[in-house]
Amino acid sequence: MPDATGLELIAQDLREADAGSVVDTLYFRERATLVVNPASVRTALERLRDRGFGFLASVHGVDYYPEEPRLGVLYELLDMEDGDRLTVKARVHTEEPTIASVVDLFPTANHQEREVYDMFGVVFEGHPDPRRILMPEDYEGYPQRRDFPVGGEPVIFTFNERRTGSYTE
Amino acid sequence: MEVTSHAARELLRGDLGAAELERHVEERLLPTTLDRAVAWARGNSFFPMTFGLACCGIEQMHVVGSRVDIARFGFEAFRATPRQADLLILSGRISIKMAPIIRRLWDQMLEPKWSIAMGACSSSMGVFNNYAITPAEKFMPVDVHVPGCPPRPEALMHGIIKLRAKVLGDPDEGWRDRYRARGTEELIEAPLPGEAQPAADSVFLPGDTAGA
Repeated sequence: MPDATGLELIAQDLREADAGSVVDTLYFRERATLVVNPASVRTALERLRDRGFGFLASVHGVDYYPEEPRLGVLYELLDMEDGDRLTVKARVHTEEPTIASVVDLFPTANHQEREVYDMFGVVFEGHPDPRRILMPEDYEGYPQRRDFPVGGEPVIFTFNERRTGSYTE
Repeated sequence: MEVTSHAARELLRGDLGAAELERHVEERLLPTTLDRAVAWARGNSFFPMTFGLACCGIEQMHVVGSRVDIARFGFEAFRATPRQADLLILSGRISIKMAPIIRRLWDQMLEPKWSIAMGACSSSMGVFNNYAITPAEKFMPVDVHVPGCPPRPEALMHGIIKLRAKVLGDPDEGWRDRYRARGTEELIEAPLPGEAQPAADSVFLPGDTAGA
C-alpha cells in the first residue's frame, strides 16, 4: 500500500500531467483511493500503469444512491513489484453514464467493463464489444442499481397462500 | 359349475373348463401384465441425464457413489445426451438465461420422460429469489419436488424412489393431467421415402457464439 504521503505524491504527479484529473484523495484503514475526474480516467490509468501499477485486478461498479453523482466505477490496481495496491474511483451521473474504456490499456477490463455495463448501465465508450455479459441480450434495466426492484416470486406463507395460489391450479 | 370370482378361479385354475380358462386369461393375464411389465421395466431403469446446475449438482453426484449407490435400483446409466435420457434432475438454480436451454433439453428428450426439481431453487427459487432466477414449473412440468438447500443425497434418492413408485403404480405421465396438457404430445410425421427432412429452424453449429 502506498501510505498517505505516497498517495499524495501520486496525486501530485497526476495533477502535474493533467491539472483537473484528480478530484480527491482518500486514505482510510491503509487503503489508498484516488478519486479522478471521469473525463480523464484513461490518462490517469495510463500514467499509473507506466508508474508500475501494471495489473488491473478488478473493475467494478457501485451505486451510491441517493448521493450524486450516483454511479461509481472503481479500478483496483496492483503494483506487482512493490506489492502496492491503489483504488481509482470515478463517479458518473445516471443521466449520462458514460466513461472511457480502458480495454486497450488493460485487456482484462474487457469482460469486467461489460459486467459493469450489464449491472449498472455505465456505458464504456470505445469498448470493442459493448454487450451484456450475464443477463440475456433482451433484458431491460440494470439490475444492480439500487432503484431496481429485487424481483423474483412472492413467497407463499400461510397468510398469503390463498392470494398467490399455486402454479398448477 | 359357474365360477365367477377372480379368487375362486385362481384357486381352481387346474380344474377350470376351457371357456372359463379362456375368460380367465383374457380378463386377467394379458392386458394388465403387459402394462405392468412395461411400467416395471421403465420404473426400474431410469436413464438420468448427466446434468448439474449448481451446488445441488454436487449432492446429485453423490447418489452415484457407493454410500447411496443409485445403481442398486438400476438408475446408474447417466446419459450425456437428452436423446437417450428419460429423467431430468434439475439440480440447482435456473437463471432466466438458462431456462430456454433447459426447456430445449426437455423437449429433446423422448417420451416417456420424467423430471425432478431438486432443491429449493428449482422449485421456489429459495434464497436466490430475485430478478435473475426462475422456478422450473414456469417453463416445464415437474413430477417430483425434492426440498432442501441442498437436499442430502439420501433425500434425492428418496425422491427418485417416489418417482419410481409413481411410474410402477401409474404408467401414465401424471403431469399431463396436472398441467392440463392432454393432447399436446408432439407427433412427428415420418417423411415419405425420398422426401427431404425439413431443416431445423435453429441449429447451433460449433463455434457459433452469437447470442452467447
